[in-house]
Amino acid sequence: MPRVVVHVMPKPEILDPQGKAVAAALPRLGFEGISSVRQGKRFELEVDGEVTDEVLASLREAATTLLSNPVIEDVVALEVEDLQAAPEAQA
Amino acid sequence: MRIGVVTFPGTLDDRDALRAVRIAGAEPVALWHGEDDLLDVEAIVLPGGFSYGDYLRAGAISRFAPVMGKVVDAAKGGMPVLGICNGFQVLCETHLLPGAMIKNAHRSFLCRDQPLTVENTRTAWTTDYEQGQVIRVPLKNQDGQYVADERTLAELEAEGRVVFRYAAGATHGPAGFEANPNGSRHDIAGITNAEGNVVGLMPHPEHAVEAGFGPDEPGAGTRTGTDGLGLFSSVLRSLVA
Repeated sequence: MPRVVVHVMPKPEILDPQGKAVAAALPRLGFEGISSVRQGKRFELEVDGEVTDEVLASLREAATTLLSNPVIEDVVALEVEDLQAAPEAQA
Repeated sequence: MRIGVVTFPGTLDDRDALRAVRIAGAEPVALWHGEDDLLDVEAIVLPGGFSYGDYLRAGAISRFAPVMGKVVDAAKGGMPVLGICNGFQVLCETHLLPGAMIKNAHRSFLCRDQPLTVENTRTAWTTDYEQGQVIRVPLKNQDGQYVADERTLAELEAEGRVVFRYAAGATHGPAGFEANPNGSRHDIAGITNAEGNVVGLMPHPEHAVEAGFGPDEPGAGTRTGTDGLGLFSSVLRSLVA
């Protein structure tokens, strides 16, 4: 069953308070040398049947209307994974 | 005069909003998210809370509730609609109001009595206030930072659509957030649409409508503040007019 993975990130010009919190916590745990963190979201959509161009177009629309809010977020990637076709990828 | 208050799963402040409507002298009508029926109300309040657990984004799922289609149609037809806190977030997600709310810049939940300057007294919800009047109502949120792109902010300012702006005078808060409690652009606490019938604000006027149960009013005593009542009395007046 194919899976479409959608990555959503806060827009570059939008302050990311969650990312800042993570960035502040890292050196406290001894992880040095990280100058900035931005936190986004990853959605895994399992698709019934083949991922045709139409299916992909409709998922892209879902990504930009529901999964992200275009005022504050960008859909930075939309990737198709075929879980059966690439078992060697499942480490 | 029937004024509806919508309850979503996870709404917290619907009962206080219904009470504010009653105290203002209107008939409160409970509306349910799952019914696409506005029960002949003449104005609508989307109250605060954490509808759908704030999953995905605050207000993002509520936007698709059956009742919201009717609310959007009514708002576009000129019906007064007020979104408070989570209700404001729902109005932004619905695109009835521009911009969005992100997490507070100091990343903490903040609860305090918040002074606000009333900057637009022409909306359906603010005619009972004086221009420039400072009111004090409770504020309590984690995702209260209003953001919009520069063009939208310039448009809101040019058209006088900033209704409430955060003002100094709160008793406590994180350092650097004495007036603006969350980092909102242009100190914006509330805005309106171009027509003035839809208003959204982050602080909670419905918690400041009855002496004895409101915020502390400096000089007048503890819990005496009723500054929030003006929104509800204003809409009553605009419906009668």
